[in-house]
Amino acid sequence: MSTHQPPLQQAAPAAPEWQAAPGGSYPGYVSPIPVVRTHLGHAITSEWTKIRSVRSTIWTLGVFVLLVIGIGLLAGAVVSNSASSPDDLSGSNALSLGFFGLLLGSMCIITLGVLTTASEYGTGMIRTTMVACPSRARVLAAKAIVFFAVAFVITLAASAFVAMTQVSMLNDVARTPTGGEWLKGTVGVSLYIALLGLLSLIIGSIIRHSAGAITIMIGAVLAPLVIALFMFSSSLEKVRNALFEYSIPNQLSVFYSNSLSDSGPSGWDPLWIILGVTAVAFAGAYALLEKRDV
Amino acid sequence: MIEAVGLTKRYGDKTAVYNLSFQVRPGAVTGFLGPNGSGKSTTMRMILGLDNPTAGSVTIGGFPYRKLPNAARQVGALLDAKAVHGGRSARNHLLSLAQLSAIPARRVDEVLRVVGLQDVAGKRSKGFSLGMGQRLGIAAALLGDPQVLLFDEPVNGLDPEGILWVRNLMKSLAAEGRTVFVSSHLMSEMALTADHLIVIGRGQLLADMSVTDFISANSADFARVRTPDTDPQLREKLSSALTEAGGHVLPEQDGALRVTGLPLPRISDLAHEADVRLWELSPHQASLEEAYMRMTQGAVDYRSSIDQKAGLQQPLPPGAQPPMPVPGQGQPGWYAPPPPPPGGRPAGLYGAPGAPGAPYPPAAPAGGYGAPQGPYGAPQAAPNPYAQPAPAPAPAPAPAAAPAPAAEPAPASAPAPADLTKPEDAR
Repeated sequence: MSTHQPPLQQAAPAAPEWQAAPGGSYPGYVSPIPVVRTHLGHAITSEWTKIRSVRSTIWTLGVFVLLVIGIGLLAGAVVSNSASSPDDLSGSNALSLGFFGLLLGSMCIITLGVLTTASEYGTGMIRTTMVACPSRARVLAAKAIVFFAVAFVITLAASAFVAMTQVSMLNDVARTPTGGEWLKGTVGVSLYIALLGLLSLIIGSIIRHSAGAITIMIGAVLAPLVIALFMFSSSLEKVRNALFEYSIPNQLSVFYSNSLSDSGPSGWDPLWIILGVTAVAFAGAYALLEKRDV
Repeated sequence: MIEAVGLTKRYGDKTAVYNLSFQVRPGAVTGFLGPNGSGKSTTMRMILGLDNPTAGSVTIGGFPYRKLPNAARQVGALLDAKAVHGGRSARNHLLSLAQLSAIPARRVDEVLRVVGLQDVAGKRSKGFSLGMGQRLGIAAALLGDPQVLLFDEPVNGLDPEGILWVRNLMKSLAAEGRTVFVSSHLMSEMALTADHLIVIGRGQLLADMSVTDFISANSADFARVRTPDTDPQLREKLSSALTEAGGHVLPEQDGALRVTGLPLPRISDLAHEADVRLWELSPHQASLEEAYMRMTQGAVDYRSSIDQKAGLQQPLPPGAQPPMPVPGQGQPGWYAPPPPPPGGRPAGLYGAPGAPGAPYPPAAPAGGYGAPQGPYGAPQAAPNPYAQPAPAPAPAPAPAAAPAPAAEPAPASAPAPADLTKPEDAR
């Protein structure tokens, strides 16, 4: 096909015109609006507009905040009414009561994460986006950054509020948390939840189907724990323990220093684990995005 | 300036586009025509870098789409009207696109006014009608004030006022020196809008020529000749006289004859010499729609057939004849495809009837696209399995072949070609 020629005679007179203007410049129309070289910042502004202008964001984040604060306050109230001495909480601090709300709330973050990418495929918006910005890596990065920032800020605000309320409610019965525990119980869990949401966003980009991706993520959160519960055989003991220790709910509770076992991840380990998983998934999603048709 | 060279796209074992090469030049509206499923949208998606071609390449202004700096400022596209998130308002949708390409936000309201959606700018696009969706898509395409515009079926769902507006918009955009590439399956629409035509069928190039050339090359004129009903032999006599003189004669449904390849005075002279009276001798011109259908008939992927209602109909009373097509009557004859062979495509017999008198596109150079060009610019016997249903390599003797479909009247398939004559009779 290298011997391609203009097929028509009437094309011949026109040919010199456009052949004289090679690459990029056109003989015809020039827009009066100045052309700016775009970068990641423009994509981030655009993704911010997108994420704030759909109702699913308001709904999922609203339910998330409601769950975290509601369940947190409820747990705090129940414990402060029934507990009378620090022994009732077996020496742990009041922050650990924030776990229940966050575990349930993480489902909302997962949903929002998946919707951020998969809903574009569902509606066909992705084609409009990719035509406007053919750099697919930039689009994915902008989505990841905007979503991570939103999820982190909202989780931090909600978990910090719950933590402060619970600590003040259980002033008499619970041990006062240390500075490190404060950091893990607020910033630590928020980073973890936001990364879990980011992983969902990446899975959404790989699966390209909202319901499918949400199911996969919720399965990933709950299945290991549920399966491990029913592993009664002693020969499966090791598998059972690993499933328990590395299940996402247990990793989340590590931030509150009340893990199911002593041998599994501890301290900030869960954060490094999910960071690694997310990074690998991101690389995979990027490679797929570059290779696949939109 | 859009340039495709050897563009090929396969999805699994289905070839959507095969070896497509064309150029779209600035300053003109280029129509992109083809039946449903002929690969128009796939080609558009490859131009826009959404799909990666299996082979070949396509560039805009010398760059592949994904290498264009700030692509949205150089190329605007309407792919499909519903490619928006329904939960977002029209203004926010356009705003996010504007921000992505560093276009000033006030441009959003400008294009909303251009397409007439300013009153519903704050409404969620979920509630938009198809026509409003098209307008929003056109607004998105115009947002970057680009030099190159691609529209995939832009008039779908628009009201007559909207269709007129799109038509004028295309023309004015092209008049400003932009490259405008519009796909459609409506020849009639393209005849009014486009300056240049690229016709594809089953993923292959059928024609690449200006609209005027397309008309002159494809709208073969014919003469209708009617002999007295009272005397059938006269009809036979005239037929043979005309055929001997080099004309092509096809019987029409009502007993008239359709003659191609002979000028009217010559037909009259021949009739006089043969001593045949004429009741009618009138010139007729085939419409552009007809030319397009003739060109693409072998390339139609989805063909409707009659509803059989098998086993649901009352059996015919004994002695009654089921309505059977009669040879030469009720048959479109002139350009109708033969009944599709069972499980196969129409054979290429009919690619050429009626054409002998028509001037072929004078400038279609053989091998211009790397494949030999047929009468209509169709790749002729191209060495790939996909080319199988392409029009016939050489002009088949049309009169001889015409009664062939009728000779083996397949009840299922015979009515289908009859539909094709409608635009012709409804002249």
